[in-house]
Amino acid sequence: MEFLDASLPYIMPIVYAVLMISVFMGLCSYSVLAERKVSSWIQGRVGPNRTRVPLVGHIPILGNVMTGLGLFQPVADGLKFLFKEEIVPGHVNKGYYYLAPIIALAPALTTMVVLPFGRYVDADGITQPLVLANVDLGMLIILGISSLGVYGIVLAGWSSNSKYPFLGGVRASAQMISYELAMGLALLPVFMWAASPGYYDSEGLFVEGSRYGMSLFGVVQSQQAAWTILWQPLSALLFLVALFAETNRLPFDMAESETDLVGGFHTEYGCFKFGLFFVAEYAHIIMGSGIFVLLFLGGWNFLPWVADPWGDGIFGSVLSVAWFMAKVFFMIFFFIWMRWTLPRFRYDQVMSLGWKILLPLAVGNLVLNTIIIALYDTLTR
Amino acid sequence: MAKTKVLERKPLSFAEKTFLPQIVTGLKTTFTSMLQKGVTLQYPEERPTIPDNYRGVPTLVKDPNGREKCVSCQLCEFVCPPKAIRITPGAIDTDAEPERAHVEKAPQEFDINMLRCIYCGLCQEVCPEEAIFLQDIFSLSGYSREEMINNKQKLYELGGTLPDKHFKWDKKKSAEAAGNAH
Ligand code: SF4
Ligand code: SF4
Repeated sequence: MEFLDASLPYIMPIVYAVLMISVFMGLCSYSVLAERKVSSWIQGRVGPNRTRVPLVGHIPILGNVMTGLGLFQPVADGLKFLFKEEIVPGHVNKGYYYLAPIIALAPALTTMVVLPFGRYVDADGITQPLVLANVDLGMLIILGISSLGVYGIVLAGWSSNSKYPFLGGVRASAQMISYELAMGLALLPVFMWAASPGYYDSEGLFVEGSRYGMSLFGVVQSQQAAWTILWQPLSALLFLVALFAETNRLPFDMAESETDLVGGFHTEYGCFKFGLFFVAEYAHIIMGSGIFVLLFLGGWNFLPWVADPWGDGIFGSVLSVAWFMAKVFFMIFFFIWMRWTLPRFRYDQVMSLGWKILLPLAVGNLVLNTIIIALYDTLTR
Repeated sequence: MAKTKVLERKPLSFAEKTFLPQIVTGLKTTFTSMLQKGVTLQYPEERPTIPDNYRGVPTLVKDPNGREKCVSCQLCEFVCPPKAIRITPGAIDTDAEPERAHVEKAPQEFDINMLRCIYCGLCQEVCPEEAIFLQDIFSLSGYSREEMINNKQKLYELGGTLPDKHFKWDKKKSAEAAGNAH
């Protein structure tokens, strides 16, 4: 018993982490399903509607509804990837070839550690974030690690030793670098606004800067009244465009562009290694959606200028998580929706959009916001 | 000569240059099409309606009296471009079918190899007896090569009976009885 008590602080984080990974992977596989379903609805098709799991799938009515919605499809998809014959082309660079899918997936799964997804009120009555690791510089960690994912793509393209994957990898790296800049610059105003001007501590003294530092939690707490997207639409737009480019989604899926590059970086990959790339793409989408919701759509706050209708207890925490997830789902849907709305950009258009339009706009936006904040602070002091 | 009318191309407005209003319109379009009903046919359960002149699997048909129409002339065998048809001619059993004795010939064996058939419809076109028709069967499969060869019995099963306007052999018989056979 004593041993158990002593080891609890070490075991619980692992339990939480495993829980979060399973939920996250579940989300990934179901966003694949969502992609397939939404795509087919937009195209006037039906989508996967035949896969049926014994017992659960044979419950009258409910089983049919679930089958029709394709809810069992992810299982079939996963099993298919697992049991397919594993073909490794003879001309690949083996070590890097195997490493690439892992490197693609790992960053996406790592970043979720610092992603807050709800809030609770602790024993002292202070609102705390629900997050695996409440780090002050969460956003920097996410930016830093998630862009490592491009190494997976570059490695895959390079180690495949064939020209289309190689082109895909080259394009991906150039695109990532171009949009990373605009993305970071679009974020800064948000954090500047969230941090300023200061707060009164428990003794009633005015402290400059934010109570939460640069943490994502602080940004969400600062949006209790107005969501950032309402008064920072330009930042939101810039960030969203950069997000699409970073996640390699249409209209920016230069790395894949199946019409001119066969399958892009994963042309030479099959079975589970391809599955890993696939999951990584959706993991990036979910992470991106989560960050966009946190930064611009008010996180788990109910509606702009409407206080959360749920209380502070456990029930409130659960609802805050649910509300956050609902927003994330909407963003995932938006990603898919966008895919079937816009055609792919030409590669040079992607580059000129990134360097000639997004980057200057982001810099201008940053300068403008800095001036406004400076004026605001001097005038209201 | 027709005059070419050169349309004046207006410069893009600022809003158009940002693409954003167009993207919103596009999003609206895709969203409305998402809410519409799909056009998918749930295939094995739902079947498409096949038009009358469809060229499906070739079949042999009987006349409305349930009699065999094919007279084993072998024209279809000759015309078939991929040589899918194989006919063994035979005589009509006069004891069993005395009313058809004057037709004299009928196929003993009639095989169509569906692995060779190209669904060209020439057999139907050439048949002087309107005995062979390409009907509405469009999905045909089997586990072995033998299974894919339709024999006479199978061909009649698939073909069934089609309405016949001519009753050529009945007319021939009555003409003969009236004494003006040609
Ligand atoms: S449809 Fe053409 S190929 Fe097929 S059996 Fe008739 S003539 Fe031969
Ligand atoms: S099906 Fe027609 S063409 Fe072919 S042998 Fe019979 S009568 Fe002649």
